[in-house]
Amino acid sequence: MVRYLGPLGIFIILVIFLARGLMLNPHEVPSPLIGKPAPEFLLPQVQDANQQFGRKDLLGKVTLLNVWASWCVACRQEHPLLVQLARSGRVEIYGLNYKDTREDAMRWLNQLGNPYKVSAFDQEGRVGIDYGVYGVPETYVIDKQGIIRYKLIGPVTPEKLNKDILPLVKELQG
Amino acid sequence: MHRLFLAALLCLPAWAWGEPQSIDRISNDPVIEHRLMVLSEELRCLVCQNETLAASRAGLAIDLRNEIRDLMVKGYTDKQVVDYLVARYGDFVNFRPPLKPMTFALWWGPFVLAALAMGVLVYYLARVRVRTARTDVLSKQDHDRVNTLLSKVREDGNT
Repeated sequence: MVRYLGPLGIFIILVIFLARGLMLNPHEVPSPLIGKPAPEFLLPQVQDANQQFGRKDLLGKVTLLNVWASWCVACRQEHPLLVQLARSGRVEIYGLNYKDTREDAMRWLNQLGNPYKVSAFDQEGRVGIDYGVYGVPETYVIDKQGIIRYKLIGPVTPEKLNKDILPLVKELQG
Repeated sequence: MHRLFLAALLCLPAWAWGEPQSIDRISNDPVIEHRLMVLSEELRCLVCQNETLAASRAGLAIDLRNEIRDLMVKGYTDKQVVDYLVARYGDFVNFRPPLKPMTFALWWGPFVLAALAMGVLVYYLARVRVRTARTDVLSKQDHDRVNTLLSKVREDGNT
């Protein structure tokens, strides 16, 4: 009996490792930017090409920076939640409009509602590269000092919002 | 037919939906194009993770190739280009993981396991040898019997 315990133990360890591997999402690459200052940028705004928006406008308050595009399907999925969150006034949301046209972006905001205080217009996706964006939508929590505290790849879901984002925002605001 | 069409639609990756097509800005400098080709074989496309940055046609991969061209024009060395990408996307952009404390298990784990397996094998074989050796040993009595029998055979042979 005892001599079967060794192989059984090895088997159980193997199962634990494989199960853990199955539950990880390979598309969620850990960002090296967490805990680092948000990269500097200065871009025209989506709604007004003559006005600029940059990193310094994010300082002094806890903010969500949401990367979105009118061509991104998952953005449509998370959008009502963002509108609702903006209405609740719990945190300011800023947008980074990624590789889009101004016309499409404006149509999107007019049709679906605008949760963003301001959206920056990153037509070339250059700022996106600095922020390590590789799959829109992405959402960053940035603290008062302009340090990235959290990054979500993929759509914001009620679960992620209530379990991860809002508690963190509250803690950083406190 | 409708079902087939729907199934085909579902196979499209969501992020590919209408994403504006990026275009490679091929450099006039063949040295830069060559460096880009060699270097991007070592880098991962983050959208389609098992493709290299060199082979991928994803929008982001093309953008990143253009970015690398620009950096090389600015005089970045290959190492500086890789550092630039790692700072933004993490070590995952490297197909060859770097050697650092977090990856020690990855690099040396197989050797440690192989050494352990060898150890177990040697220990096991040694134990087997001890066991078989013990049963092979003849008692003093048997030994004497064998000797008498053998000498008898030899005598018979001589006559």
